[in-house]
Amino acid sequence: MDPLIKIENLTVAYDKVPVLENVDLEIRENDFLGVIGPNGGGKTTLLKAILGLKKPESGKIHFSKEMSGRKKPIGYLPQVRHIDRKFPITVFDVVLSGGIMQNRQNAKSVAKDKAEALLEEMGVAGIRNKAIGELSGGQMQRVFLCRALLSDPKLLILDEPDTFVDNRFEGELYEKLEKLNEELAILLVSHDVGTITSCVKSIACVNKYLHYHPSNVISQEQLANYNCPIQIISHGEIPHTVLKHHHH
Amino acid sequence: MNAILELFSYDFFQKAFLAAVFASISCGIIGAYIVSRRIVFISGGITHASFGGIGLAFFLGFNPLLGAVLFAVLSALGIQFFTKVAEIREDSSIAIWWSLGMALGIIFVFLTPGYTPNLMSYLFGNILTVTNSELWWMFMLNLVIVVFFAVFLRKILYIAFDEEFARTAGLPVALFNYLIIVLIALTVVLNIRVVGIILILSLLTIPQATANLFTNDFKRLLVYSSVFAFVGTIAGLFISYFLNIPSGAAIIFTLVVIFGILRLVKSFV
Repeated sequence: MDPLIKIENLTVAYDKVPVLENVDLEIRENDFLGVIGPNGGGKTTLLKAILGLKKPESGKIHFSKEMSGRKKPIGYLPQVRHIDRKFPITVFDVVLSGGIMQNRQNAKSVAKDKAEALLEEMGVAGIRNKAIGELSGGQMQRVFLCRALLSDPKLLILDEPDTFVDNRFEGELYEKLEKLNEELAILLVSHDVGTITSCVKSIACVNKYLHYHPSNVISQEQLANYNCPIQIISHGEIPHTVLKHHHH
Repeated sequence: MNAILELFSYDFFQKAFLAAVFASISCGIIGAYIVSRRIVFISGGITHASFGGIGLAFFLGFNPLLGAVLFAVLSALGIQFFTKVAEIREDSSIAIWWSLGMALGIIFVFLTPGYTPNLMSYLFGNILTVTNSELWWMFMLNLVIVVFFAVFLRKILYIAFDEEFARTAGLPVALFNYLIIVLIALTVVLNIRVVGIILILSLLTIPQATANLFTNDFKRLLVYSSVFAFVGTIAGLFISYFLNIPSGAAIIFTLVVIFGILRLVKSFV
């Protein structure tokens, strides 16, 4: 089976300053990849390159046959802090926007039914007519997850879905993601290394370079061997969390 | 009541009434978009920059509205260019175009020999002197705006709400943004005669603020904004006529009073 996405020697720069350099990565069906790394280390940039929002300086991103086309079957949950909470839009419209380019017959009614079902599934059907600004952090993330899932993606990309949410929702979210992972690949960016390592299958440390760890545990030797950038950057604190988690 | 009915028998008032209807629909819809997207300041820049075109038209002797359209579109593109290519901060590049347009307008008008009688009506508007050809242009613009928004409502909404997501969903975001900025420029210019360059931001923001008191749904916001714009413009028109004060200022004052009253009512209900 070809990987869904194969990234080769990717370099992405802002104003000629490289944010990502020589990155190689494969994403396969049913992968659950956690992306960790310091702020400004290029996590979001990696997502944007995959999503086609940021043109790479050099390198290639190959998509498998089922992933190609104008509208790629990728569900995207952006960082909610970039959302204008005062924008006059209802929850239901936000979810519907996830299926805008599907030109099947009666796409509209199909999308509406699907949106209803997703809202129900995420336990937020009761707020479908509310304005986006009236929601709590957890409700907002659920709504954006519904939007990302509306187009039946083969890959789900989430950029810090654990911001602005309480612990209870975080637990629910990761449970939900593990369930979704039975049918699609997931790429999850997070600050919260502790939680992420408990549900992902593999980890990529991103700090200008990308280091791939094929399991969800990063050992001390691995950190040393791979010269994992996290260790260099954050003097113990983050690797600490990783290691602590490893012992449990 | 008779006095009002009598007014409608005057040709100038019938035209003013039509102009109010057209201004309300175009400004209601475009304004709702502008407010939702938080590009009010850009629209202000485009509006004021268009004064340069009016001045140029006076100086060279062609239709001032044509000059205004030219400068409005030019400044819209210029603001984008300054921000993206020349890497000037967006609010600064807006202010530069805003004041450059006004400055050019003043220079051209100063260089134009003789008296320029219509200048004040461009700055502050005079709905009572709208001409037939201006009404035709306004009608066509309204037609374009209503059809465009009716056909592409969902796409416009999704792009306005979350441009990045819209791009990942495969929507032609850049194309829509350019089309809408042109519509904004045209709306601003063709409504200059109603409330004037200096006051047009009011029609693009006050009815929208009033509408926003009652709905958070984009589609309803478009409709309610047009309705509130219409009520305010017509009421202002009557007030202007009976109190014999300038129409543009009367319209804006009425729009603000309507907003103020409804805002107060809402906080007590």
